[in-house]
Amino acid sequence: MKLKKSIAISENGFVFNPEIGTSFTTNSLGVAVLKQLKNLTTKEEIRASILKSYEVDGVTCEKDLDDFLRMLDQYNLIED
Amino acid sequence: MKKKKDITIAVTGLNAIDSPGPGISVIRGLKDSKEFNVRIIGLVYEILEPGIYMDGMVDKVYQIPYPSTGFDVMLERFKYIQKNDKIDVIIPNFDAELMAFIKLKPYFKEMGINLLIPNKEQFDDRLKGNLNDYGDKHGIKVPKSESVHSIKELEDEIEEFDFPVVIKGKFYDAYIAHSIEQAKEYFHKIAAKWGTPIILQQFIKGNEFNVTAIGDGKGIMVGAVPMRKTFITDKGKAWAGISIDDSKLIDMANNIITKSKWPGGMELELMKEDKTGDLYLLEINPRFPAWVYLAVGCGQNHPEMLVKMAMGETVEPIKTYDIGKMFIRYSYDMICDLEKYANLSIHGEV
Repeated sequence: MKLKKSIAISENGFVFNPEIGTSFTTNSLGVAVLKQLKNLTTKEEIRASILKSYEVDGVTCEKDLDDFLRMLDQYNLIED
Repeated sequence: MKKKKDITIAVTGLNAIDSPGPGISVIRGLKDSKEFNVRIIGLVYEILEPGIYMDGMVDKVYQIPYPSTGFDVMLERFKYIQKNDKIDVIIPNFDAELMAFIKLKPYFKEMGINLLIPNKEQFDDRLKGNLNDYGDKHGIKVPKSESVHSIKELEDEIEEFDFPVVIKGKFYDAYIAHSIEQAKEYFHKIAAKWGTPIILQQFIKGNEFNVTAIGDGKGIMVGAVPMRKTFITDKGKAWAGISIDDSKLIDMANNIITKSKWPGGMELELMKEDKTGDLYLLEINPRFPAWVYLAVGCGQNHPEMLVKMAMGETVEPIKTYDIGKMFIRYSYDMICDLEKYANLSIHGEV
């Protein structure tokens, strides 16, 4: 899974897709995940980094991460 | 620093209303020109077009007759205007007036007025009712469309479509009909305002994009900026928009301008289908859009380019523009003295 190269992410959580002009806001964890996706980090590596930095159990982390990634796909931010 | 060249430019479309004409955007682009020191002549059909009363927009205003009053009446009016104010270039900004300006063009040339507008064939080719043929001719996907002149024709033709169907006027207005009853209602509504034919067009579910583009008339696209509407009024007009980075939209504009050898400004209305990602051409408007000042804000001054080309200069194509630049319209109550209104009412000029 890879974030589209053109997607712009600002530190304050503003995400802009210049291909279709849509924008979104996300929190600091969302920014961290997006940046990792941009650097071609795998889903497993992202999950591991969240588990290391946040107090969250593995199942919840997996579910929330899957939801977030699905949402990114729906919003056309992911490329194959 | 190079001295700016003095030039007088006449502009129509000062109706900066909720469905705005492009005049004010065009004037703002011209006033931003680094090459021209412009004197602007506003040409208005109605004396309450807001652009007349906006500060710093027009230096002189003339009321002109509607094209429906006839060619001779228009020509006489322009002869009078040209005698008073030597116009170098006219930029017409309404679809509905363009045929009259095409007919007037040779007479304008004799008067020393320059235009960069399509010829009759180019104008007719992109008419909404001819869009299917246009798509075939240029290898462009177009939603299925049919022109109808009566309710009987509508009833017959609409059977070939799946609902929803877009019901469109020949120049302006479009409604989405979900049933035959709605389609008939919209037929009457649009026909009463703009006449027939009415165009039935297959509805495409997806995101709408627009491109403002300009051609040199010899097959070169000298500028293009694509935009997505981010706030749409109940009339379907963009109240806000953002410039985007999509090479497919630019390629589509380039394809059309190159193949049709389009002279002057145009706006493409395009739909990217959700299901397939395919790009459909919905309309070609034969003039700048009301949001053309966004192109200026993005680094491409299309009105300035048009003036240069109309004056016979060669313009180098600009292929870059700022991405993620937004425009947002606003409404504003101007307080105006009666004098200007009164003078325009009595003398037809101010």
